[in-house]
Amino acid sequence: MKDLTFGTLIAVFEEVFGRGLFWLMVAAASVVTLGYLYVLIRDRAVSWNKFLFAQLSMPVGAVLAIWFVMVMTKSHLSDLGGPVDIIVFLGIAVMGAIGMAILVYTLESLLGSKRTKH
Amino acid sequence: MDRRQFLTAAVAGGAFASLVSGKAEAQADAIQTSARIIIIGAGAAGTALANRLVRRLDGAQITLIDPRQNHLYQPGLTLVATGLKPANYVVSDTAKWLPDGVTWLAEKVAAVDPAARTVSTESGETLGYDWLVVAPGLMLDHDAIEGFSLDMVGENGIGALYAGPDYAARTWTAASRFTEEGGTGIFTRPATEMKCAGAPLKHTFLIDDIARRAGNSGKMNMVYAAPQSSLFGVPIVAEKVRMLFEDRGVDTMMNRTLTAIDATAKRATFATDGGTEEVDYDYIHIIPPQRAPDFVGQSGLSWADKWTDQSWVECDMQTLRHLRYSEIFALGDVAGVPKGKTAASVKWQVPVVEDHLVAAIEGREGTQTYDGYTSCPMITRIGRAMLVEFDYHNNLVPSFPGIIAPLEELWISWLMKEVALKATYNAMLRGRA
Repeated sequence: MKDLTFGTLIAVFEEVFGRGLFWLMVAAASVVTLGYLYVLIRDRAVSWNKFLFAQLSMPVGAVLAIWFVMVMTKSHLSDLGGPVDIIVFLGIAVMGAIGMAILVYTLESLLGSKRTKH
Repeated sequence: MDRRQFLTAAVAGGAFASLVSGKAEAQADAIQTSARIIIIGAGAAGTALANRLVRRLDGAQITLIDPRQNHLYQPGLTLVATGLKPANYVVSDTAKWLPDGVTWLAEKVAAVDPAARTVSTESGETLGYDWLVVAPGLMLDHDAIEGFSLDMVGENGIGALYAGPDYAARTWTAASRFTEEGGTGIFTRPATEMKCAGAPLKHTFLIDDIARRAGNSGKMNMVYAAPQSSLFGVPIVAEKVRMLFEDRGVDTMMNRTLTAIDATAKRATFATDGGTEEVDYDYIHIIPPQRAPDFVGQSGLSWADKWTDQSWVECDMQTLRHLRYSEIFALGDVAGVPKGKTAASVKWQVPVVEDHLVAAIEGREGTQTYDGYTSCPMITRIGRAMLVEFDYHNNLVPSFPGIIAPLEELWISWLMKEVALKATYNAMLRGRA
């Protein structure tokens, strides 16, 4: 590979998920991120009550992310062949976990639950 | 400014800055010229070069000559031939990739007159040029295999994935039956130079893997047959493939050239050192001899003393410039260089020809050189591949040294082939990679 630019990366992801699904995911991720920033600014503090539930959801997010990538790329866990594969694999898991935590925290803040209502 | 406004402003500013700088760069470089440039071929090489030249030159008359309405993403054919992608995965419109400001003549070239500097087409049109880039791709000589014709593909255990998307899909029809029913599968390659020498190996590995997953490995007798004495042109890769074949139980028949098949009897004839050998098969994958299109040899553009049966364009290995006609360049499959009949090679060749062509128009010498870079994401099973990259000197030239090991079967290399390669290829076609 000669060079890897931001434009190439975008094109690669469009190819991986299909253009529609990719931009839908980008939109979804942006909405959740904006919602997260919104509740942080609104509350002026991180609520550790809400964060507990968000943390508990992290493993679920990690597994979902891995499952999603494996299905989209016709791969299996047994295909992991070297250190770089493990790093990529863990990276996907970490991203899924963080994404899920942000999602759960934001939803809890916006919708509220008895447990975390002030 | 609150935090959100700040972030929005930062993102928008960054995006705007990159747009402005990109545009300014392209305009500052553009060279005024009225040069007439003809590019024969609107495949990967011709299209990528045209897209780059329109950004570098202002006022040039660029004409592409190619009768093909469909552009083929050829690296995808191995995936089509194993049922991993549909046939339309590799097909797009030629016109979709061509930039504004170039002329596309949808005709077949009949001859080049390098002395008069003209190209004539089969409809009788003659065009003059100042600069000519010969990038028509190559011809698959299916007639060279006696008893074989393309209409046989897909039936009676015959596959031929190189012949195009539909033939690749039909290859899968025959190959999938073989993976279920078992028997002897023969995977061939030609004695001539060929596109992507890794493809016959990939097809072998994938068919073996698919049969294995279906629980049929016990019924399979996999045989790789090649006219050469080694499994791959690069010795260190050949040795690795030998080990993998041993591991998978793939037998080899080296120094054997497929010359004929008997489709009814399912029997293949090979030329050996001393004579011929007949082998019965249940599935055979045919890759025919490959040569330059007829006009190349007939127009006197070929090497006189090398590849005389294949007629590749005589050109400098480093600059791809014709050795006898300095206003002619060769690009892609048709170039008479020892390696480099892959899309990855094209990606590295195009900027070199662009550099020398633009420099020549300006009256100076170009500086870039091509050192034979070729890349082959060698699929060894569904989910794993080896990212093999090498040059003229048979040296490995990994793009990600220390991260992606070249001779290791990795998931990340599979991800590159399966999902990232087409995107990178498309970016190359647009002249942006």
